[in-house]
Amino acid sequence: MRAYLTCAWAIVLRETLRFVNQRGRFIAALVRPLVWLVVFAAGFRAALGLSITPPYETYITYEVYIVPGLCGMVQLFNGMQSSLSLVYDREMGSMRLLLTSPMPRWWLLFSKLLAGTVISILQVYAFLVLAGMLVGVVMPVEGYLLALPVLMVTGLMLGALGLALSSLIKQLENFAGVMNFVIFPMFFLSSALYPLWKMAESSELLRDICALNPFTHAVELIRFALYGSLNPTALGWVVLALALFAGLALWGYDPARGMVRRRA
Amino acid sequence: MTEAPPVGLAVTDVSYSYGPKMALDGVGFAVARGEFCALLGPNGAGKSTLFALLTRLFVTDRGRIEVAGFDMRRHPRAALARIGVVFQQPTLDLDLSIRRNLLYFAALHGIGRREADGRIEAALERLDMRERADERARDLNGGHRRRMEIARAILHSPDVLLLDEPTVGLDAASRQAITRHVHALCADQGITVLWATHLVDEVWPDDALIILHRGKVLARGAAGEIAGALPLAERFLALTDGMGEAGA
Repeated sequence: MRAYLTCAWAIVLRETLRFVNQRGRFIAALVRPLVWLVVFAAGFRAALGLSITPPYETYITYEVYIVPGLCGMVQLFNGMQSSLSLVYDREMGSMRLLLTSPMPRWWLLFSKLLAGTVISILQVYAFLVLAGMLVGVVMPVEGYLLALPVLMVTGLMLGALGLALSSLIKQLENFAGVMNFVIFPMFFLSSALYPLWKMAESSELLRDICALNPFTHAVELIRFALYGSLNPTALGWVVLALALFAGLALWGYDPARGMVRRRA
Repeated sequence: MTEAPPVGLAVTDVSYSYGPKMALDGVGFAVARGEFCALLGPNGAGKSTLFALLTRLFVTDRGRIEVAGFDMRRHPRAALARIGVVFQQPTLDLDLSIRRNLLYFAALHGIGRREADGRIEAALERLDMRERADERARDLNGGHRRRMEIARAILHSPDVLLLDEPTVGLDAASRQAITRHVHALCADQGITVLWATHLVDEVWPDDALIILHRGKVLARGAAGEIAGALPLAERFLALTDGMGEAGA
């Protein structure tokens, strides 16, 4: 047991140290949602009227609405980035090193996921602080606290998605492909930018697609948590998606198949 | 440790294919405990595939791999725990310190901080690099980085050390130094070594030698005997040439 924890802790520590060293990645991770918040939201504020829906208790501005979605976006990007970089380009060697550890492979992959999630949570809190300081979107204190366990679950889910994709799909070799075929569709077809009832006004089908998107549920889970309440339905969906993606990732990293077949 | 197994590494009738293409075809050999064995083959001979199987990056159901007596298929974790690997591609985290790199690896093998510290001190001492432990790995030259990777690979005192073309990209002097260093490790510490290369001059006459070509073992025995009257380089070319162009 102790050896397992030693191993997991070392993996989390390594990823965190590496992340702290890559200042460019940290800044990019913060600038991206801030640009959305400041530029995009400013333009949309006038165009979009939002009624009062839970967890909000009063009328809210558009900036307030999209902050949880942007938290989700931070985790989505991070999940894809850390999982894909793991297999492609220079990380290939260190992944091989990792997989020669005598620890069970599921534990190694879980530790890796956990590390990516910890980094994404650091990014989300940094973003929330800046959102509060620059745009004045401040959550209740219990919201900031409840968000922590919730971000853990959503981060693991999105990281597992990246891990599953990285092991199963050869074509997603560059980040542009992932942006076009994973990140953008997941982000736009979700409740991150518009509430689902607003989607339904234009197309019921679109709303249904959004409702199936696990990212929608991650965003809703974060949204409710940031206002101090738990959304059990969203939690259920996120946990289900996590189980599914983790299963796929394990299958993809099974040494009898998967990543194996595509040596340089 | 209980009774020492006589064979460090045993590969029996191992085959592996990528789709219809056979990468390894009935490969079999054994490396005695504490022996330095060179695995010589041109590019595309199947060395990397064999290493992937030995490190359980791939598995195959055709054939059997045993590490210090542990079957890779039935006891993969026990087998992996007894292997140290130096990959062809560098795997140090260049922005982290040398000590961090070593600690990370020790932890992957479940070695706790206190014990890891002791082992790392000893390893650095041996390489005469103790005072550089807190420098970034990036600040080391190519030869030193490789030495660190070798030191890292034996941090958990494995029985078997696998090196996949460990001198790629190094200058002649570093290449020679690394070759000598690993031969010494083998002689002094009794580690079983499997050293894959396509460079004939890295093989010493007393080494055990396996020549791999197009997924098959062409020759095995003492390097000096395989070479016979010819220099090994010529013998190697004669063996692997004349069989058409080498596979990609």
